[in-house]
Amino acid sequence: MIYLKLFWVFFQIGMFSFGGGYASLPLIQTQVVNRYSWLNMREFADIVTISQMTPGPISINSATFVGTRIAGIQGATAATFGCILPSTVIVLLISALYKKYRNLKYMQGILNGLHPAVVGLIASAGISMIVQALWNGAAISFQVNRIDFFAVALIALCVVILRKTKMDPVFVMLGAGVLGGIIYHFL
Amino acid sequence: MDITEKGSRVTRSITKKDRFIEKRQGDICLKQDKKFYWKLFLETFQLSAFTFGGGYVIISLMKKKFVDKLHWIDEREILDFTAIAQSSPGAIAVNAAVLLGYRLSGIPGALVAILGTVLPPFLLLSVISVGYSAFIGNKVVKNVLQGMQAGVCAVIIDVVITMGRTILKEHHGIVPAILMAGSFIAAALFHVNPVYVIFFCGLVGCLSVKKETGKGDSSHDLS
Repeated sequence: MIYLKLFWVFFQIGMFSFGGGYASLPLIQTQVVNRYSWLNMREFADIVTISQMTPGPISINSATFVGTRIAGIQGATAATFGCILPSTVIVLLISALYKKYRNLKYMQGILNGLHPAVVGLIASAGISMIVQALWNGAAISFQVNRIDFFAVALIALCVVILRKTKMDPVFVMLGAGVLGGIIYHFL
Repeated sequence: MDITEKGSRVTRSITKKDRFIEKRQGDICLKQDKKFYWKLFLETFQLSAFTFGGGYVIISLMKKKFVDKLHWIDEREILDFTAIAQSSPGAIAVNAAVLLGYRLSGIPGALVAILGTVLPPFLLLSVISVGYSAFIGNKVVKNVLQGMQAGVCAVIIDVVITMGRTILKEHHGIVPAILMAGSFIAAALFHVNPVYVIFFCGLVGCLSVKKETGKGDSSHDLS
């Protein structure tokens, strides 16, 4: 029955985490740490660190992590499935509505209003990533002499490559990773 | 009254045309059945494997891949997807995968895209959860990730420049520019919940239609 419990807990997390990413952290903490004690606070902090280091949404990362530790790979499957099920069903419904109604005049008006908002939000996410990259996460003190100048050069180089060539962004990111692995070793 | 009718007629004809195009695209997708689903799976898997740093990164990557490179969807659709993915419950990356997959080939497409998106973090985390302290403390891992973070920043910068330009060029008037700057300031400086930002901008968009009813401008904008 542990599988059912894992499924149900992460179903709730998937259902009620609006706004993505760190908005779901308090929800996960309440359920996984406070209510069921599947993780202690230290492990919870670790999973946040891991989520920052690895790809993928934090809710799925924690579902897999908690599931594996509690009940092996089946537990991870149950938790992850629970986590994605609610949003999958809801977004599928919205997709169908979007396909049907996106040419309505009011719908287009709403979407026209949303487009600039989305670009603004992506830019905002980009700024916080740039701050993290330039001050190596040790930020808050925005001192010029603490800037990671290699990161500045690397970002600039990547932007030029992305805009001037048609190189696949995945390769650009991989290349940046290799360069980082070499250069930061000597810094 | 006359003007209103004209406006709605324009919208209706566009709807028909769009449906026709969608049907045609659907047919093409179905023809390359297995090959198409396999490609969809591979592409989403690859994107998900590189989504460091949250949902907006996958949006940027999706834009570069599915809009610029493969031409499977257009730039407006990716903006629509982002807005919907952000304001629905759950992770942005998964929601965006559902929207993309459904748009390309209905429910099977959505399921394939979800699988591709969920598998990389699932596999990685089930391995890492065993010996994760070694992973967190590893110096080489840290350096490589730091380099990749710079790459991620560059991708976002590139996408924001391209999308911002499109919006300023294609939507007329000063309102889009204000909405864009306002959303950025609200999110970056005041940490306003993105859901509220999206709700507010959608409301502004809806009200601006009411004002110019009948001109048919907005329907031309998105056709």
